[in-house]
Amino acid sequence: MTDLLDVKDLWVRFPTRKGRFDAVRGVSFRLGRERLGIVGESGSGKSMTGRAILRLIRSPGQVEASHIRLDGENLLDKTEAEMRQVRGQRISMVMQDPKFSLNPVMSIGEQLTEAYRLHARGGRAEARRRAVEMLEAVAIRDPERVMRAYPHEMSGGMGQRIMIAMMLIPDPELLIADEPTSALDVSVRGQVLQIMDRLVQDRGMGLIFISHDLNLVAQFCDRVMIMYAGRVVETCEAHKLHEAQHPYTRGLLNSLPRFDAPQNRLEVLRRDPAWAAAPVKGPVA
Amino acid sequence: MSALDFEGLNVWFGEGRDRVNAVQGASFKVASGESFGLVGESGSGKSTILRALTGLAPHWSGKIRVMDRELDRGKGRDRAFYKSVQMVFQDPYASLHPRQSVDQVLSEVLYLHGFRDIEARIERLLDDVGLGSAFRFRYPHQLSGGQRQRVAIARALAPEPSILLLDEPTSALDVSVQAEILNLLCDLRAEHGLTFLMVSHDLVVVAHMCEHIVVMQQGRIVEEMSVSDMRAMRVTHPYSQSLLEASLGYRRAQL
Repeated sequence: MTDLLDVKDLWVRFPTRKGRFDAVRGVSFRLGRERLGIVGESGSGKSMTGRAILRLIRSPGQVEASHIRLDGENLLDKTEAEMRQVRGQRISMVMQDPKFSLNPVMSIGEQLTEAYRLHARGGRAEARRRAVEMLEAVAIRDPERVMRAYPHEMSGGMGQRIMIAMMLIPDPELLIADEPTSALDVSVRGQVLQIMDRLVQDRGMGLIFISHDLNLVAQFCDRVMIMYAGRVVETCEAHKLHEAQHPYTRGLLNSLPRFDAPQNRLEVLRRDPAWAAAPVKGPVA
Repeated sequence: MSALDFEGLNVWFGEGRDRVNAVQGASFKVASGESFGLVGESGSGKSTILRALTGLAPHWSGKIRVMDRELDRGKGRDRAFYKSVQMVFQDPYASLHPRQSVDQVLSEVLYLHGFRDIEARIERLLDDVGLGSAFRFRYPHQLSGGQRQRVAIARALAPEPSILLLDEPTSALDVSVQAEILNLLCDLRAEHGLTFLMVSHDLVVVAHMCEHIVVMQQGRIVEEMSVSDMRAMRVTHPYSQSLLEASLGYRRAQL
C-alpha cells in the first residue's frame, strides 16, 4: 500500500504567558487508503493534529514537523497560496458542529456550487448538477428543495450531511473528520457513518476520524491511534482495541458503562504522569 | 407513594399556525427512591417534560403531581417545590455564572432557601461532591469540566431536595470524567435517598443508572420497560428496537 499521508515528528506549539505550551508533541504516523481513528480525551491534541495537517493553526500557534507528506509532496514547503489549492481539493475537513461551519446567510445551493466552482472551475450548470448529485449521495431527500433552503432550516443531521457533501464535491483524496457525529442522534449517526464508509470503499479515499467515542472508533475504523497529552501512546488495529495494552487505553475502556453487564461502580481512570512521557507502544503506524 | 406522577401531559410551544406539540399525552410514574430514565432522539420531547415540571415551559395541560401534590398550572412554582425538586443541566460550562465563585453560587442558594448555617453547609456540600473546601473560592474558569459539574450537583443538592432531575448530566464530559460523575450520583442517591429522573440520549448510561426506562418518539411515549428487559433487548415497539440497535454501535453495511 502506498502512503497517502506521511506525518513525521509533528509538533504544535503555543506561546503563553507561562511559557511555551506544546499541544501536540512529536506525533508520527502514516495513512494509506483506509480509515484511521484518533481517540483521546479533550485536550489530548487530537483535533490539533487534524488541523496541523492542513496548516490551519492560527498564529501565534506554530506547526513544526520533519515532514507532512501528501502523496510524497511536503505540505510544509508550500506557500499559503499553494496550500489553498490543497485545502478542500485534496484534503477536506468536516468539523463537529454544522451550525458553526455553514454560512447562515447563503443558501445551501449557493454554498455547494461555490465549493465546486472554486476548485473545479466548472460552469454554473455543471456545478449545480454536481451539487444535487452530492446531496443525493449523502441521502438527502428532495435535494432540489434543500438547494434553495438556508442552514437554519436544516436539522443537525441534515446540516452535517450537507457539510460532508460540500467537502466531497471536489473529490478529495483525504477527508479529516473531527467528531463528525458527536452532535448527532444515534440513528442519524449510523447514516452519516455509512456515507463516509462507502466513500472510502468506492473512491479509495483516506479518512482520519477524530473522536472521543472508543466503541464507535473500534467498530468503524481500520486502525486507531490513542493520544494522551499531545503524544500517541498506542497504535493498534481497530478491532483489537479491546485488547489494548497501554494502561491509559485500558483505563478509558474500563471507565465506560457496559450495556451487556450491569456494574455497581464504574472504574475511575488513575492517571500516571509517566504516560505523558511514554514512547509509542506497538508497531509504528 | 410516587415521587412524580405525570398524567396525560401535553406541552406545546407557539400559538396557532406555529404551534408545536412537543409532548403529547405522556403518562408515567416515578416511585420514591427510584431512578427513572427518559430516552429518545433530540426533539422527542424528553427534556421538555423536565422543563414543564420545573416551570420552564409554561404551556402545558394534563396533571403533574410531585409527592402526591398536584401542580397548579396557572402559577409559578413555590419555594416548597424547589426545595423538593432540583435540576442538574447538561453543560457545566454554561450553567455556572462565570463571575461568581463556588462560594457565591452555593451561599446564594442556601440563603434563598432560608438556611442560616451557610458556612458549615457549604463545607459539607463540597465534601459531599468530592471537591473539598480548597475549591470554595474558585471561579468556574479555574475548574475542569468534571469539577464544574460537581459544583452544579452541589448547587442542586443545597436545598436538600428529594428529587433530582438530570438533563444529560455527562454528555459534555470525557468518558473518564463521566465515570467519576456517574459514580458520584450513585453514591449521593444511596446516601440521601434521592429520586432521579434522568434524560439522556446515551442508552448505555441510562442502563447503568436507571431501573425503569421510557422511550419517547416525536412527543409520545412509545414504550416503558425495566432495565433488565432493556439489557436483554426484550422490547416490543419497533422504534425502541431500532434505537437500541443503533446505540449499540455501528455495523458495517454488508457490501
